[in-house]
Amino acid sequence: MYIIVVGGGRVGYYLVKELLREGHEVLLLEKDPNVCRIINEEMGIVCFRGDGCEAATQQEVGAGRADMLVAVTGDDEDNLVSCQVAKHKYNVPRTIARIRNPQNEVLFKKLGVDVTVSATQIITEAIELEVPTHPLTHLLTIKEKGLVLVDIKIPPEAISAGKPIRELKLPKESKLVLVIPREGSPDLPRARTILQAGDRVIALTPAEIEEPLRATLTGI
Amino acid sequence: MKIIIMGCSRVGARLAGLLDAEGHEVTILDIEPYSFRRLPSNFGGTALLGNGLHEETLQKAGVEAADTFVAVTQGDNRNVMACQIVRHIFKVPRVLCRIYDPLRQEMYETLGLETISPTTVIAQLLKEKLES
Repeated sequence: MYIIVVGGGRVGYYLVKELLREGHEVLLLEKDPNVCRIINEEMGIVCFRGDGCEAATQQEVGAGRADMLVAVTGDDEDNLVSCQVAKHKYNVPRTIARIRNPQNEVLFKKLGVDVTVSATQIITEAIELEVPTHPLTHLLTIKEKGLVLVDIKIPPEAISAGKPIRELKLPKESKLVLVIPREGSPDLPRARTILQAGDRVIALTPAEIEEPLRATLTGI
Repeated sequence: MKIIIMGCSRVGARLAGLLDAEGHEVTILDIEPYSFRRLPSNFGGTALLGNGLHEETLQKAGVEAADTFVAVTQGDNRNVMACQIVRHIFKVPRVLCRIYDPLRQEMYETLGLETISPTTVIAQLLKEKLES
């Protein structure tokens, strides 16, 4: 695959290294001539000095035949424009943008960027997993469907504790997938399954219904 | 009319002064408070410190009720991104974007943004002056 990477910072540097190791044809676009020189001395001629947001630069490096463009500069606006130029001017089939402000995900998708990666989001989620008092943790996001897979722990004082699932007023768009009891082995939830304090429930839910679902299962 | 201007550059400040004098409701944004010194002393609009790429700042500036948004920061990409947020997320009826780079301007014009490239405009003006 021919992959163009925009931005030779730390993320760009390691990404290029990894992609080369996997045997791809890789070209890095970087504005700073010094950064370019250092990378070229280390990895061979992979870095082209130029502004990845400019159509002329993308033309020069043959964006028209690129399979993918990955924009990983530290500025969301530069990553957006690089991807838009690649997509709309050179029909690059797949564009990936790094974003710093997780809020920008919606906009980037709307504007035709295929994939967004937010380090902020990833770190937040990883930390959330490690906070033991948190009753709800995100396990997986299924972006195309707007669904999230969550792990909810039933607190001791919850209203849901001691009740069969059929008596709980769960949002109907949310599906309980698995119950992991505090003692005993995991089982598929049935209408008559009784939840106990300390049990964990794995559920699949539309992201916007996550809060009512959490409230029903963990509310006091 | 309610108008938001992003970037209190020389152009931004001057435009804000002109529109304010005509009685429009003007809010001007900049990330650097020192930039607001460029506003005329009798400016009656709002100078708001904040980044126009952040939705919270735009909401504080009243983007939901704005009729027009103009982006005139020094960065083409910043202008382009702000204009697209304002247009696609907040549905402001009229959005005007300054883009120095003529190639980028051409592309965003075809993508539906209303744009002005000072590079093209001024080169043309200078040429006409020289020929007259």
